[in-house]
Amino acid sequence: MHIHFLDPYQVGISPIHRTDARVKLVLALAFIFTTALVPVGAWPILILLLVIIVSMEVLSGVGVGYILKRALLALPIILAAFPLIFTIPGMSLFSFSLGAWEISASIAGVERFISIAMKSWISIQMAILLTTTTPFPDILVAMRAVRVPRLLVAIFGLMWRYLFVFADEAVRLLRARAARSGVSDIAGLRTGGSLVWRAQTAGGLAGNLFMRSLERSERIYVAMLARGYDGEIRTLPQAEMETYNWIVLGFGGGIMGLVLILSLLMGA
Amino acid sequence: MLLSVEALHIPDGFLSLPVSLIAWVISITLVGYALRRVGQDLGERQVPMMGVLAAAIFAGQMLNFAVAGGTSGHLIGAALATILMGPWAAILIMTSVVSIQALIFQDGGLLVLGANIFNMAIVGVAVSYMVYQTILKITGNTRKGVLIGGFSAAWLSLEIAALSVALQLVLSGTSPARLAIPAMASVHALIGIGEGLITVGALTFLLSTRPDLVRLGKTNPAGSRIVWVLGFLLAAAIAIAAPLASTRPDGLEWVAMQGGFIDQAKAPLFQIIPDYLFPGVANEAAATIAAGLLGLVIVFGVGVGVAYSRRNRQASGR
Amino acid sequence: MHHSIEIEQLTYSYPDGHTALSEISLLIQPGEKVALVGPNGAGKSTLILHLNGILTGIGSVRVCGLEVSKETLGRVRAMVGMVFQSPDDQLFSPRVFDDVAYGPLYQGLPVEMIQERVEKSLAAVAMSGYAQRVSHHLSTGEKKRIAIATVLSMEPEVLILDEPTAGLDPRARRSLINLLRDLPLTMLVSTHDMPFVEDLFPRMVILDEGRLVADGQTSDLMENTQLLAAHGLERPN
Repeated sequence: MHIHFLDPYQVGISPIHRTDARVKLVLALAFIFTTALVPVGAWPILILLLVIIVSMEVLSGVGVGYILKRALLALPIILAAFPLIFTIPGMSLFSFSLGAWEISASIAGVERFISIAMKSWISIQMAILLTTTTPFPDILVAMRAVRVPRLLVAIFGLMWRYLFVFADEAVRLLRARAARSGVSDIAGLRTGGSLVWRAQTAGGLAGNLFMRSLERSERIYVAMLARGYDGEIRTLPQAEMETYNWIVLGFGGGIMGLVLILSLLMGA
Repeated sequence: MLLSVEALHIPDGFLSLPVSLIAWVISITLVGYALRRVGQDLGERQVPMMGVLAAAIFAGQMLNFAVAGGTSGHLIGAALATILMGPWAAILIMTSVVSIQALIFQDGGLLVLGANIFNMAIVGVAVSYMVYQTILKITGNTRKGVLIGGFSAAWLSLEIAALSVALQLVLSGTSPARLAIPAMASVHALIGIGEGLITVGALTFLLSTRPDLVRLGKTNPAGSRIVWVLGFLLAAAIAIAAPLASTRPDGLEWVAMQGGFIDQAKAPLFQIIPDYLFPGVANEAAATIAAGLLGLVIVFGVGVGVAYSRRNRQASGR
Repeated sequence: MHHSIEIEQLTYSYPDGHTALSEISLLIQPGEKVALVGPNGAGKSTLILHLNGILTGIGSVRVCGLEVSKETLGRVRAMVGMVFQSPDDQLFSPRVFDDVAYGPLYQGLPVEMIQERVEKSLAAVAMSGYAQRVSHHLSTGEKKRIAIATVLSMEPEVLILDEPTAGLDPRARRSLINLLRDLPLTMLVSTHDMPFVEDLFPRMVILDEGRLVADGQTSDLMENTQLLAAHGLERPN
C-alpha cells in the first residue's frame, strides 16, 4: 500500500482551481464516463482525450510531470488485463512455443489491452487533476450537490479529519516495533520469530490503533454534544454558482458530447 | 499478476458498462438501506464512531508484517469492522474507505466505484457477518469462538470478494476466465491467511484490553438477518459460479460476448445517425479529422488561457 | 566495547525540502548521561530517529562503533534502546509480558533466556509482578516504566528517551528520575524538563532550528540565562 498520506491538494490560482468544485466533479465524472465509452481501436479519440487531459494539466499549473508520475504509480494493476493479448482470438501478431503449448498474441488482443491501459491511464489522470486542484472540503460540498446522502458525506468528512492523525499514529506504532526488532550478537539464532507471531504482533498494532480510535470517537462525540449536537447533520445551503462556472460547465459538457458523437461515428 | 491487496480495487476502463451499472444499482440500494438502518441501531453516536473507525481502518491498512522474500501482509479490515460495529455500520465504514481511496488516492476507479463498493463493502461485510455469527452460534460466545470466527470471517470474506472481482472482470471481457479466476482464488487464499491472522491478533489485543468493544458486534442489530441471508447467498452464488466459469469458460465468455453483441446491437441504430450527419462520407475518416480539429482547438484554447493567466499574475505583481 | 554515540556532520531534509538538521556533530562517551534540549520543532526527535536508523540523513552516524546503515540495522536496534514519547504508541501487545518479551522474542533467544530477561527488566523499573497485567489498564507513569522495560529486555548498550517525564504527576516523575539515575547505561534524553536536566545530566546539548548551538557542562550552561532565553529555554529555580 502506498503512504501518500499527504493531502494531494496543491494551492493555485489557475482557471481550473477557480472553477467551482461542483462543476469540476461533474465534468470529471463526465470525462471518465466518456472515456469508458470509447470503442476499442478508436485511437484518434483516445489521443484526443489524452490531449484534453494534458491540456487541463498544463492549464492548472500543477505540473504535467507530477500528474503523470502519480498516474504511473497507480498503473501496475493494468497487468491484470495482459493475458488478453493471448486469449482474444484473431489474426496473429507473433507466436512462440512454451513447452507443449503454442501461445500466440493476436492483434485484436493487443488492441484490446492497449485500449484498456490507455483508458485507465487517462481516467486516473482526471481523478488526480480533480484532487490536486480542489480542496477536499470543497469536494465534500460538491458531493452534496450531486445528491450523495448527508450522513455519508458527514462520515467522509470526519474520516478525512482523522485520517492523518491516525496515519501518524500508525507510523509511530511501526517505528516502535522497528526499534525493538534487533539482531542478537549470539550466533545461530533465528531472527524475526514465526510468521504467525509476526502476524499476531501486527494484529496487536491494529487492535491498539482501533481501540484508541474508538475511545477517541467517544471523546469527539462528547465534544459534539457540548456544541449542541443532537444527531441531525445540518449544513449551510449551497452557494450560488457564478456565471463563469455555468460557462465552464456548458463548454465542458459540450466537448464531452462531441467526443461521444465521435465515438459513435468510429464505433459504427 | 494480481499479487497485491490493491488487486481488489478495480481501475476505470476495466469493467464493461453493463457490469458497472448493475454493481452501482445494487450498491446504491444496499448502502441507502444501511444508512437508514444505522440510524436506528447506533443513534447519535453514529457519525463520530463510523468516521473515526473508517479513518482507523484506512490508516490500519499501513500496518504490515513480513511474509517472505520482501512481500508483506496487510490488513483490509472489513471483517474486523463487521465484528466491532455490526454489519450495517461496517457497510458504511467500508464504503467510506473505498470511496476515499478511489477519489483521493486513485486506488480503484470512479466509474467502477459501484463495483468496488460491492466487492469490498458489501460482499466483504455480508460474508464476514454470516461466517462470524454462524461460528459464534456454534461455539457459543466464548473467547475461542471469537478468534476462530474472526479468522474464518476474514479469510472467507476476502476469498469471496476476490472471486467476485474475478467474475466481474471476466464478464466484462477484460480478463480470461481460465486465468483470472484460479489466479485470484489462489493468491487471495494465501493473502486471506495473513488477513485472518492479523484479525485474530487484533481481536486478541481487544479482548484483553477492551472486551466490551468486541461485544458490540455480537448484538443482533435490527435487520441483520437480512445481512446474514445476503452473505450466505452471495458466498454460495459466487463460490459456485467461479469454479464453473473457470472450468467451462465458454459459458461465461458467451455471456461476455452477448455483452459485446449488445454493443454491436447498438451499431445499426448508430448507423442511421452518422449517415444522416455525414451522408456519403466515410465515418471513420470524418471522425478522425474531427478529432484532430477538436484537439487543435483545445490546445490553442489552453495556450491562450495559460498566457492570459500568466499575464494576470504579472499584472497583480506575483 | 564502545558504548558511545558518534554523529558527524549530520544533515537531514524532509521530502518536501525543509531542512530539519544541519551539520550536527556530537560525540557521547560510554556511560555518559547527556540531555538534549531545545524548543519545539528544533529537531530533537528527528535527530534521535537517526540513531537507530529509522531516518537516514547525510553524514555519519555510529553507535557502539558500528556505522548505522541498512545492513547493520538489526544489530544497531539490538544495541540502541529507544523509548518514544507516548507509551500508548509502544505498548501493542495484550499483556505486559508480551510487550517486554517482544525484543528478545524477535531476536530468537531461547525461552528461558526470554523469561529471565523479562523478569530482570521489570525489576529494573520496579514493576515486578506486573507481567500478566494488561498494559492499557495501567496509569501513565506505570506505562512509561513498562515502555522502558520493553527496551531494557534487549540489554541495549545505549538508552535513548524522548520526553520521559512529560505527562507525569510529581510522584511518578520523581520515581522515574530515580529509576533512570540507577541505570548504568549510556543515556541521551530529549526533554523540556529543566529541573530534570539539572538533577540527572552533567552534560547538556542545545538544539535550535536544526543546529547544535551549545554543548557543555549543564551547570555552566544553566548560568548563561541569555543563551537559554535565546533558545526558548528557562533555567529552573
